[in-house]
Amino acid sequence: MSEREKILEIRNLVFSFRTYGGVVHAVRDVSFDVRKGEILGIVGESGCGKSVTAQCILRLNPEPPGFFENGEILYAGQDVLKMKKKELRNFRTREVGFVFQDPMTSLNPTMRIGAQIEEVFLSRTDVTKSEVKEKALNILRLVGISDVERRYRQYPHELSGGMKQRIMIAIALVSEPSVIICDEPTTSLDVTIEAQILDLLKELRERLGTSVIMITHDLGVIAKMCDRVVVMYGGKVVETGDIREIFYETAHPYTQGLLKSIARLDMDKTDVLTPIEGTPPDLFSPPEGCPFAARCDRAMAVCQRYMPFESRLSEEHMTRCWLQHELAKGI
Amino acid sequence: MLKYIGKRLVAAVLSLVALITVVFFLVRLMPGEPFTSAKLTQQVADNMRHYYGFDKPLIVQYFQYIGNLLRGDFGYSMKYTNKTVNDIIGQTFPFSADLGIRALVLAISVGLILGILSALHRGKTIDFVCVLVAIIGTSMPDFIVGALLQYFFGIKWGLLPVARYLGFEYTILPSIGLAFYTLAQVSRIMRASMLEVVQQDYIKTARAKGLSDLRITARHQIRNAIMPVITVLGPTVAAVLTGTFVIESIFAIPGMGKYYVESVANNDYSMILGMTVFYGSFLILCNLIVDILYGVVDPRVRVGSR
Amino acid sequence: MKKTTYVYQPETPAPKNPDASLFRTVGKSAEEMDKVTRPNLSFWADAWRRLKKNRVALFGLILIAVYVLLAIFAPLFSRYSFSAMDGKMINAGPSPEHWLGCDSVGRDLWVRIWMGARVSLTIGIAAASINMMIGAVMGGLCGYYGGKLDMIVMRIVDILYGIPSLIITILVMVVLGPGIHTLIVAMCIIGWIGTCRFVRGEVYRLKGQDFVCAAKVLGVRDFTIIMRHILPNIMGLLITNLCMAIPNAIFQEAFLSYIGLGISPPNCSWGILAKEGIHMLRMAPHEILFPAFFICSTMLALNLLGDGLRDAFDPHLRGTE
Repeated sequence: MSEREKILEIRNLVFSFRTYGGVVHAVRDVSFDVRKGEILGIVGESGCGKSVTAQCILRLNPEPPGFFENGEILYAGQDVLKMKKKELRNFRTREVGFVFQDPMTSLNPTMRIGAQIEEVFLSRTDVTKSEVKEKALNILRLVGISDVERRYRQYPHELSGGMKQRIMIAIALVSEPSVIICDEPTTSLDVTIEAQILDLLKELRERLGTSVIMITHDLGVIAKMCDRVVVMYGGKVVETGDIREIFYETAHPYTQGLLKSIARLDMDKTDVLTPIEGTPPDLFSPPEGCPFAARCDRAMAVCQRYMPFESRLSEEHMTRCWLQHELAKGI
Repeated sequence: MLKYIGKRLVAAVLSLVALITVVFFLVRLMPGEPFTSAKLTQQVADNMRHYYGFDKPLIVQYFQYIGNLLRGDFGYSMKYTNKTVNDIIGQTFPFSADLGIRALVLAISVGLILGILSALHRGKTIDFVCVLVAIIGTSMPDFIVGALLQYFFGIKWGLLPVARYLGFEYTILPSIGLAFYTLAQVSRIMRASMLEVVQQDYIKTARAKGLSDLRITARHQIRNAIMPVITVLGPTVAAVLTGTFVIESIFAIPGMGKYYVESVANNDYSMILGMTVFYGSFLILCNLIVDILYGVVDPRVRVGSR
Repeated sequence: MKKTTYVYQPETPAPKNPDASLFRTVGKSAEEMDKVTRPNLSFWADAWRRLKKNRVALFGLILIAVYVLLAIFAPLFSRYSFSAMDGKMINAGPSPEHWLGCDSVGRDLWVRIWMGARVSLTIGIAAASINMMIGAVMGGLCGYYGGKLDMIVMRIVDILYGIPSLIITILVMVVLGPGIHTLIVAMCIIGWIGTCRFVRGEVYRLKGQDFVCAAKVLGVRDFTIIMRHILPNIMGLLITNLCMAIPNAIFQEAFLSYIGLGISPPNCSWGILAKEGIHMLRMAPHEILFPAFFICSTMLALNLLGDGLRDAFDPHLRGTE
């Protein structure tokens, strides 16, 4: 994969929530970047901070109780965290679109589909009303909806789940953003619909050149879709790399565990799936050392004491694990 | 939509029939023959017997009674011997309706505004004040609100007329007295509903669309938050209506409520029954209208009307 | 609210080259990997914790307790009887002898207010509890067993729901005549319908959930399922509902007594006191102001407590401040 232009950079992001028991650090010092036209996967178990990270990019997490403790999110040289209200509004959808997990609840039940798409252009003076409608109808066609004029006038409850997710994608894409973030876009859909939606996203990337951030807990989706992958665990990035490196040169024991726990077609009948035992740490009081140490077969004493450094294995491939340390050679 | 209206209509008719049946059999349950009080003139007593058909078999009586009501005939008064319940309703209903509509408009508009303000400024002083007004409002029976308004504004400070219903300044105190409880109720529901809606996913979608706060509040939050308020409009109308019983007698307004309370005091059974049926039917009608309104506002109700 | 500045503290920074002895495999640790670090709170403990923190609700609870005690003991320890008239004290204002003054026939208002409280609170609590019990049993049976019983009961409930309950209560009072018992009966004839609907909905919802299904598969008896799995889950809602229903019942009693259909003199209730007080509004305003204060503050206390309970039991708010 050739080096492409970076369009979104997340640097040392720390985002936390205040709760009755204290502060929960949901995102702990996360850095990665998104390049033009790529599909970047963010993968991890539930509660690992992947959704919160994604929502930070558009600042959609409720603040308060959430708040940024550190870091910057750079888009075209501008820091999203320092944007004024007005700038932030223009940044949302126009530059970065967002597709939510549950299409059933993410559309306003009392508004017609058409109005919900057109709304995106509400504060824009550079397009006329008829242009807006034209754009809306076009985008509906583009996301594979037939009979668009009729759909345009329908309410969300009159559509199926897959159809609603297409509408959500249409809303995210209608103002031609350069990045769309898909937060588990297929988790609440049937498997057949899931395949359709994923194909659609891939096709749209080819046609529009939009970068896609794909958040999922499903390595199958990652394998099918992504160019590069960020693996998150316990609010931290534990491994990043391009898709081949993640699947064939897996460096972090957590990623290895994830791969062992999914079924593959090339498996023998005698091969067994190995789940990762235990549960992720509670970010209410995260462990001192590596968050995965407690569940890691190859954990060393040092893992429990100190957070490992980032180790660069290739231009793209990075992991955060003590096993990469030279003192650990031969263990 | 038509199917939905049809369903609601059938339900309303069934409720009405149930109400009439209950009333009829309650009359029959009264010990002895209810209309043999010494106060009655022979003529009125005969009218009563004829009206309820006491000389005929029970089932015939029942249908005769329904027939009377269908013709819009609510029976006779035992006190005002020369008048039917219809005459009295005709004379007094306009006053009650006028007062009721004023109170409803006041309660709903101010209630909604307070609820919205309160939710938008959650945790701030405005919220505190609105919540305080709401909680006090729901803790005061209307006769106490009426009495206090009358005492302070009418008697002690002499700002507004104490009683009767002769012009705009006369309507102010009774309207507030009648509206207060409902206003508080509406504002509480609206506040809770606004705070509930704000957590919905579609609000997040709207934020992701880059809409302004004002637009999100107006188009997405308020529009959806108003649904639960519409569902309580039926009971609200009922509350305002029964409130008129008390408010009208406190402020000496010649409306239906005042007559109702008087007929209770006078043991004017036939009038109580007749007016009760009238009130009941009126409320069922209001509920029907509210149900249909709900269908209009919420597109989901029309289809999956289960 | 106190403002605290939080500064993100990265984990203890690791030395560039940690002690080589630390590089030995220890493997996973069974107790660490499923460690629960949050305080473990049971449903009731969590609800009670939140209720205790809610000062407003706690205030309501204490006020109600005080009023109940006063209603029981105040008339016992007073020199006056609630019905004894004193011709010299007609419309007398508050004085050291008569703390809250006397009414239009010279009866001590302090004693009358607490006698009225006995009646009003009894009716309120009795009517609300009976309604809740009937409603919960009917709704529970319909929701849990479903079938024909459910269909028939729910049809009846739907029809009755359309009739304003106050209208029925009034009619029944006209037929039965005034009195405490008739009032309770009249309020309970269709007062349980609201509870029935909501309990049915809840039970129906819970019945479909996996933990009930699991219990069934394990062969647990229906009775045990209801007591162990369903009841605890709706208990919070029921208690909240009860607390909200009591002021409504007191309202109704006061309203009916006010229009002359509830309690009739010489017995007294808060409704009667208000009615008598309003007649004397011009001459002796204290006769309405004092009862009004006690009626409203009771309602207020119950409403505050009800709100607090609702928040305390709200599953969405679990574990939050």
